[in-house]
Amino acid sequence: MIAEAGLVALWLAAALALLQLFLAFGPAPMRGGTGTLRSIAIVEGLLTLFAMAMLMLVFARTDLSVLLVAENSHSAKPWLYKIAGAWGNHEGSMLLWVTILGVAGAALAIFSRRMEEKTLTAALGSQGALALGFFAFLLFSSNPFARLNPPALEGRGLNPLLQDPGLVFHPPTLYLGYVGLSVAFSLAVGALITGRVDSGLAKAMQPWVLGAWIMLTLGITAGSYWAYYELGWGGWWFWDPVENASLMPWLAATALLHSVNVLAARDSLRAWTMMLAMVAFSMSMVGTFLVRSGVLTSVHAFAVDPSRGTFLLALLAIYVGAAFALFALRSGKLAEGPPFELASREAALVGNNLLLSVILGVVFVGTLYPLFVEATTGSKLSVGAPYFDTVAGPLALLLAALVAVGPLLNWRRDSGERLKRLAVPGLVGVTVAAIALFVLPGGILAKAGLGIAAMLAVAAFLPLLGRRLLRTPLTTWGMVVAHFGAAVAIAGMSASTMMTKEVLTAARPGEQISVGPWLVEFKSVTPTAGPNWTALEAELRASPGSGVSVLKPQARFYTDPPTETTESAIETVLSGQLYTVLGRAAEDGRWQLRLWWKPLVTLIWLGGALIALGGALALGGRAWRGWRKERER
Amino acid sequence: MSRNWLRTLPVALVALVVAALVWRLANPPDATVESEMIGKPVPAFALPAAVPGSPTLSSKDLADGTPKIVNFFASWCVPCIGEAPLLTELRQQGVHIVGIAVRDRPQDLAQFFAQNGNPFERIGSDRQSGVQLAFGSSGVPETFVVDGHGVIRMQHIGPIEPDDVPGLIEAVSQAR
Repeated sequence: MIAEAGLVALWLAAALALLQLFLAFGPAPMRGGTGTLRSIAIVEGLLTLFAMAMLMLVFARTDLSVLLVAENSHSAKPWLYKIAGAWGNHEGSMLLWVTILGVAGAALAIFSRRMEEKTLTAALGSQGALALGFFAFLLFSSNPFARLNPPALEGRGLNPLLQDPGLVFHPPTLYLGYVGLSVAFSLAVGALITGRVDSGLAKAMQPWVLGAWIMLTLGITAGSYWAYYELGWGGWWFWDPVENASLMPWLAATALLHSVNVLAARDSLRAWTMMLAMVAFSMSMVGTFLVRSGVLTSVHAFAVDPSRGTFLLALLAIYVGAAFALFALRSGKLAEGPPFELASREAALVGNNLLLSVILGVVFVGTLYPLFVEATTGSKLSVGAPYFDTVAGPLALLLAALVAVGPLLNWRRDSGERLKRLAVPGLVGVTVAAIALFVLPGGILAKAGLGIAAMLAVAAFLPLLGRRLLRTPLTTWGMVVAHFGAAVAIAGMSASTMMTKEVLTAARPGEQISVGPWLVEFKSVTPTAGPNWTALEAELRASPGSGVSVLKPQARFYTDPPTETTESAIETVLSGQLYTVLGRAAEDGRWQLRLWWKPLVTLIWLGGALIALGGALALGGRAWRGWRKERER
Repeated sequence: MSRNWLRTLPVALVALVVAALVWRLANPPDATVESEMIGKPVPAFALPAAVPGSPTLSSKDLADGTPKIVNFFASWCVPCIGEAPLLTELRQQGVHIVGIAVRDRPQDLAQFFAQNGNPFERIGSDRQSGVQLAFGSSGVPETFVVDGHGVIRMQHIGPIEPDDVPGLIEAVSQAR
């Protein structure tokens, strides 16, 4: 009954989405007021939430009469992975996607109380249109609640690579980001329809963009760390198409985050901001399509079903095509905003937007280029890290340098007086870059990265100079923390790229291996077992000179489904991470061991977390300001 | 005028991308990448015999007018045990097979053949994997079909499965 209840909720929600669409855009006699639309959106959100809860319930109970559970779960799985396993498969993850879409629509209806009515009506209609398509996709080609008769005796189990706390955190945060951007998309559609693109709209859009962007940042950071420790390859970014699929919406959302501020504060960049809002969610849909259709070869190998791909592509073409057609028709009617000079914060933010857009273009072209080449010439090729690093890397560093400058400029026009403050951070950056150039090994890009990161790490705090810290708005603190986080992440990327030491060896128990500053003693290999796996576990005693840490990397064997995984063991110290992997046994009693010393690598994810924290501070600051204004009335 | 043109640019881009994706869906990706070595002559080499008393193997032996299967294997390789009966079956069907033992020892090979049979006409010993790398092979087992002129016609990566046997026989007969 639980599965049927979930399915009924989905059908009801789909019917409400259809109603929502008609009430907003249908023939005049059918149109309803904003009040009705709000209620419908809220009920629709609750229904999707209910459906998601029902799916988690059947997974928690391992109800093997549900096809999806039988194919992806197992009664002997730890309970955490039983529940999180609900979205560790195609159907369940699409339901999560749709749930967030429904809940986002409901939240838009609840919280946008001071918005212009007509725009809100159109935005809710657009949200209904989006939901309708994805409900149809779920119900007609990816029903998560389909029954299996007779029920299976035991489930097939979840891919062991997914049996990790990362599964609990990474997909939901990433999806909150992806789909949270749908609200910005719908608001842009609504505003283009009514022609009311102004600072009021930007202020309504801001918290959505910020919230979605925070979640995207967290989701990407978490995914990167998960891949880093779970795959046992020791890398944190592979320029895999699916990774790019999450990076592209993030780049667009980052650009949007900054341009929507210009629109809110100065009423400028109207058409451009609307376009970015559409691009951001379009990139989310492209990403969803790339991942779910399996058209690109990727480590995220999911079951490929051409009919699903066709369905998703049709949705993508309709939504993105309609949005950009609307843009082509309406954006010409938008009035120009107030002018600004070349030396102004607006101009700096335009620079930010251009650079982010170019990087987005670089990633987009690199991801889809093999497809275009094969379609036109028939030859197969792949685009890898060298392209992305050499093309996107310098652009990203240029952007990072601009980040130091932008916040020091005034709106509209600036004398450049405060730019003198950049002398100190500039000196720090040049010194660090010079040291890197002459002392450290590695490529020029990483060395420049280290210098720019050092400069930005200091410069990020300049906007606080001369201000009373306790009275500085949280939004400013948020910007400072996020920009500092960017510097930290770049420092981690550059330093670990330059200074990583790798040792691949075959060793007998008792031997000692040195890697970087560590001396690692290989003690033993012993069998061990977990709830649904057995493993060979190595014991390594690592010493960086004083003190000893014990690391236990494993080679695990899961039975359901039968899979081998490598469980790396990582020792984190202040200056970096020692990363160890146990490989296969050689013929003569030796074991393959792979050891990495990765200096400062932790800064990459610390930086990501700081960027998200900065976003959270800004969002908190806005909410607090809004709440105080409300109370003053 | 030029600005109106700019405004429709996104729509055009979307159409282009959608067209490419439609093409991809209609032509699902083929994950197999054809080896660069196909159509090229085998690299020149001369290997000592892997087992005492058996004939040696050189690139000249592969250009003697009869198409052959060249099988890279090793006694320490578990999947090689799995494909051994299929090689024997190919041999029984009249296919000429030569072996290249990678990083192996004569006594281990003798034991391997005692347990799994020896389908090879000649076996070369590739102690340092040099010939294997020159063939563009990166692991064991790997199987090549070489025509009578010593030109590589097919590369099969990984163990031979029962389903692969007809394809191999077909490739050998076409290599005449």
